Amino acid sequence: MSRYSAFSLLRGALTGQRHWQPAWRDPEPKSHYDIIIIGGGGHGLATAYYLAKVHGLKNIAVLEKGWIGGGNTGRNTTIVRSNYRLEPLHNLFEFGLKLWHGLSDELNYNVMFSPRGAMFLGHSDADMVKLAERGDAMRCDGIDADLLSRDQVAKLEPLLDMSRDARFPIQGGLIQRRGGTARHDAVAWGYARGADSLGVDIIQKCEVTGFVRDGDGVVGVETTRGRIGAGRVGICVAGNSGHVAGLAGLKLPIESQTLQAMVTEGVKPMINSVIMSQSLHCYISQSDKGGVVFGGDPDNWPSYAQRGHPMVMEGAVAQGLALVPALSRLRMVRTWSGVTDMSFDGAPIIGETPMRNLFLNGGWCYGGFKATPASGWTYAHTLATGKPHALNAPFSLDRFERGATIDETGSGPMPNSR
Amino acid sequence: MMRIPCPHCGPRAQSEFIYERTVDSVVPLDAPSQEAMTKLFTRNNPRGVDEEIWRHTYGCRAWMVLTRHRVTNEISECRAIGPEALP
Repeated sequence: MSRYSAFSLLRGALTGQRHWQPAWRDPEPKSHYDIIIIGGGGHGLATAYYLAKVHGLKNIAVLEKGWIGGGNTGRNTTIVRSNYRLEPLHNLFEFGLKLWHGLSDELNYNVMFSPRGAMFLGHSDADMVKLAERGDAMRCDGIDADLLSRDQVAKLEPLLDMSRDARFPIQGGLIQRRGGTARHDAVAWGYARGADSLGVDIIQKCEVTGFVRDGDGVVGVETTRGRIGAGRVGICVAGNSGHVAGLAGLKLPIESQTLQAMVTEGVKPMINSVIMSQSLHCYISQSDKGGVVFGGDPDNWPSYAQRGHPMVMEGAVAQGLALVPALSRLRMVRTWSGVTDMSFDGAPIIGETPMRNLFLNGGWCYGGFKATPASGWTYAHTLATGKPHALNAPFSLDRFERGATIDETGSGPMPNSR
Repeated sequence: MMRIPCPHCGPRAQSEFIYERTVDSVVPLDAPSQEAMTKLFTRNNPRGVDEEIWRHTYGCRAWMVLTRHRVTNEISECRAIGPEALP
């Protein structure tokens, strides 16, 4: 693989840029791999990359039913942050955030990470108390968090409705300045290119249709491109975890729901940070292309349809317009949906399953994109050693029966109350 | 948006209804702890047809069971819940 650099670009200019090569191969599946990762999204590709890079493993395949990055990796709102209150969550996401800060160099691929600040707004005294509590918890673990006054919020985001009779009056905020956004497709492509150059086989259009079992263990997968043997198999298909685990006879603490996002036409810079809210469920940021990206609540009923319902979209847009009235002048140009694994405590699941040599990475709810590097790193460790990394040990599948849930919102065992 | 054929009111907009949980996750009062744990914390979650409990919250307020396809949203049956449907 040739390295991308300004020099190679200049040299290519002399030959009409005809030097470009495919960024990854399109190999035929082999009959056996040491490790098979099901799912070629950002998480699966990152897992393969770190398995090869950090653990030195060579005989690895990523199986993808469609094309890489074509699922939730291409359907999120690209927000990156680690501002969670609970220790296991902010430690995992902070580990990821540190990787984000060096990711373009690490992969020799511009993932366009833009640490523009991720800000939660507070709309009441109670909100401000919760934000202060969250910020304190983060700072205790060395993660940056600054409580903002009303004036500071107004200075950072002049287009917010700061009037006293605003629908959602703003009292202040909590900002994580190292948070921001990244280019979602580039993350999948960068990890794919890196993993491929280290010998990982990325096999697209290869859907897993069953597992090859040996007693209480798994020794391979059945796919649309034939049977493939494996030492270990890692499921990494968040959104479809219930379906794929079901092929192995497992019933998960996950319900699949649709999450929508939408983007306006491109305009000059008007939103400087990532705006979120402690009380509402609406998040707003502006892409580098100029479109204002909105996201909201999931459609709160089970669905595997990659399309959403207008009444939920209206809820997110109504909140966004109340916060930033100027957005009402923009035209919405695209809306889309992804299928999310809603887990029963709102936290992900990364670890072993009751079946030998079968592992699970899923349950990311609507927060998977930001975790991509951390998810890949810890899952690679888990797949390489058969045991969880310290960072993902709290996120085991059996935590529900042990009563050790990681419930950031404190809403109890219902996936549809997140 | 779906139109749900309420057995009492006829077809109504989905915005009048609230999804509760799936039929397989109703915990019987006398369930042993292992069964209660499984029902409380896990779901079949098929990429296909499942039976779901919905409530016509902003209508007749009755509970009902929908047999619905989770990719096409096709509702093949909507039946009222009576005492015989309780576990």
